[in-house]
Amino acid sequence: MNELLLGLADDELVIGWRDSEWTGIAPMLEEDVAFSSIAQNEIGHARAVYELLSDDADALAFDRAPGEYRCAPLVQLHLLEWAHTIARRWLYEVADEIRIAELMSEVPVAAKINREEAYHRMHAEMWHERLRDEPRFQAAVQELWPYALGVVLPEQRAELAARVKLDEVDAIERGTFDDSFAALHEEMTMVRRSAPAGAQW
Amino acid sequence: MVTAEQVWAALEEIPDPEIPVVSLVDLGVIRSVEIRDGHVHVEFTPTFLGCPALEFMKRAIEDKVPGADVEVVQDDSWSTDKITAGGRAKLREAGFAPPAPRLVQLQSQVHRCPYCDSTDTRLENLFGPTPCRSLRYCASCRQPFEQFKTI
Repeated sequence: MNELLLGLADDELVIGWRDSEWTGIAPMLEEDVAFSSIAQNEIGHARAVYELLSDDADALAFDRAPGEYRCAPLVQLHLLEWAHTIARRWLYEVADEIRIAELMSEVPVAAKINREEAYHRMHAEMWHERLRDEPRFQAAVQELWPYALGVVLPEQRAELAARVKLDEVDAIERGTFDDSFAALHEEMTMVRRSAPAGAQW
Repeated sequence: MVTAEQVWAALEEIPDPEIPVVSLVDLGVIRSVEIRDGHVHVEFTPTFLGCPALEFMKRAIEDKVPGADVEVVQDDSWSTDKITAGGRAKLREAGFAPPAPRLVQLQSQVHRCPYCDSTDTRLENLFGPTPCRSLRYCASCRQPFEQFKTI
């Protein structure tokens, strides 16, 4: 269970970080606000789960070596162009819904996270409806599909495939790292590494 | 000795840091106040997990009720249905459309303008200046407004 929760928290932290990279440069002002707000929520979810797993959430979030993170490779991919970014958001939210549903009965905070995710799903679904017939979007979904399968457990993959209407393929599993992850880790942990000992926030 | 009623009254004076027209009590985030052996114990439920105001609220409770032990309850017990009737009225007066009750929201997609009461409104953006708000536009009085999200 803790392994699953750590994977969830790491996914939320890293996708929150990646989504926040659109702050200030999203192609539309509305999406600038949306991505910033979604990122803020996702990082808040990560924090709540880290707090559940450890008395020192910041240490758990930022003091591990890059290879110790349990985030799915899907969330690590760096500043994808817009079609891929939207494809990732949509695939991630569908996968996340399936994963969270399994956790809700045992982990109260998962139910709370689920309430907030409803708005991320609406956002992703609106974009999916708008773009689903566009070849560029379809190609992006195809490319990211093996990554999306890696977000959920093997026994949840058939459900994910049915939900997004794609055939199950080999997943890109947790524990593999995108080339960009080391740089992201460096950036994410910079403030904590630079803070003088005993600094209070 | 301090009573639970006095603590509730004190908490009613703490404004929400981001929407100061409502208090923490109006917002429904105070789940319980208990006095145990003369010691105040307050249970506080976060609104949105990513809300930066949470730390501020917790500190505000500790400042307002010195010596109180504030327990943050990270479960699913808060929803926008916990916002009191008084809190909803205050939100509307300040130009924030209060969140519809969850049951109503599930059955209809009606959103009422807080200025003119028209339901001829449209979604401009699901996301707004804070995690709890969406942006809508009223076609009747041609006024943009903030909608408190139902969760």
